[in-house]
Amino acid sequence: MKLLSYILLISFGLILVYAANELPTRGDPNAPINRDSSLAGTPGATAHYIRNAEKDMKTPNVVTTILADYRGYDTLGETTVIFCAGIVVFLILRKQKDGSKV
Amino acid sequence: MVQKSNSIIVGIVSRFMAPFIQLFALYVIAHGHYSPGGGFQGGALLGASILLLRLTVGDKGSELVFKKEFGTPLSGFGVFIYAAVGVLAMIGGGLYLDYGSLPFAGMTPAELRSLGILLVETGVGIGVMATVIAIFDDLTMRHFRD
Amino acid sequence: MTDFFIGHVAYYFIVALLVIGLYGMLFKKNFVKKLIGMNILQSSVILFYVVSASKYNATVPVIDLKFGSDPIHYINPLPHTLMLTAIVVSVATTGVALALLIVIYKRFQTLNEDELLERMK
Repeated sequence: MKLLSYILLISFGLILVYAANELPTRGDPNAPINRDSSLAGTPGATAHYIRNAEKDMKTPNVVTTILADYRGYDTLGETTVIFCAGIVVFLILRKQKDGSKV
Repeated sequence: MVQKSNSIIVGIVSRFMAPFIQLFALYVIAHGHYSPGGGFQGGALLGASILLLRLTVGDKGSELVFKKEFGTPLSGFGVFIYAAVGVLAMIGGGLYLDYGSLPFAGMTPAELRSLGILLVETGVGIGVMATVIAIFDDLTMRHFRD
Repeated sequence: MTDFFIGHVAYYFIVALLVIGLYGMLFKKNFVKKLIGMNILQSSVILFYVVSASKYNATVPVIDLKFGSDPIHYINPLPHTLMLTAIVVSVATTGVALALLIVIYKRFQTLNEDELLERMK
């Protein structure tokens, strides 16, 4: 049983290596993620961000503009997740009365 | 419950380092528009400086800097700043989180967006700092009677 | 052949890291070791995103007057943005997992998976 698990894990790794061979070369400027438009012909997001960041909000750091403005809702959700994690840790570990089971 | 470190060198060096780490964290937050940095990284640095004091100076000394009860409420305050900036943009006549219509007079929409990013990053920084400290304090409470 | 290997060796490294993390999660019996395996797996996913953002002859995505705002001169900023939040969330979720481990240890006095399954019958 243990041997079967090891074989499954190793074959999973080999499948991932086989899949990695099909990925674009690291740093290729013509990789699909770096293109101006997607394969379906729709305009790409990152080229738009880089072209308009300075003009839209006078902020040279494109990562900051995407984080706080273009994808502001996303970051609001992430901040709420962090807050919820803090609350959950507080609720799990708060001081219990003596004699309680957990 | 973290005890004070027995080593004099560790205590003095960490007490010397903590203000500089905090200064660097403020720089990372405030200069996030022009260099790599921002609210998440600066908040993590601020939290790390307080955790350094918690681990070396002990609970008693480090609570002069940051009280244990403040952790969880302050993380809620950080999220509140973020959401309040969005509501402020709605008061100015725009959509939620559309910083271009914040109600501050005499600024172009591009400058308003820059200001909105700074406000939001401040909120994120406060939230991350307080959450890291709150989680650490909850985990290091006295859980077992010895 | 050598060019192909140099271009893809980062992916092989990430696959190795992912398999190590999965091994920790599946085979180790101690819950803390399982948690460490989960963190290694998360790191491999984060590294995969960061590798996919790289671009030759390009600089950090901070708009420089020297280059103007042509996307060819800057690496892809979107994966960095997504992973920035993922890292902080992973720290918070690790805190939640550690809190749950503390509660489990208080209740059962052990963190071994087999003993816990035995105890819960």
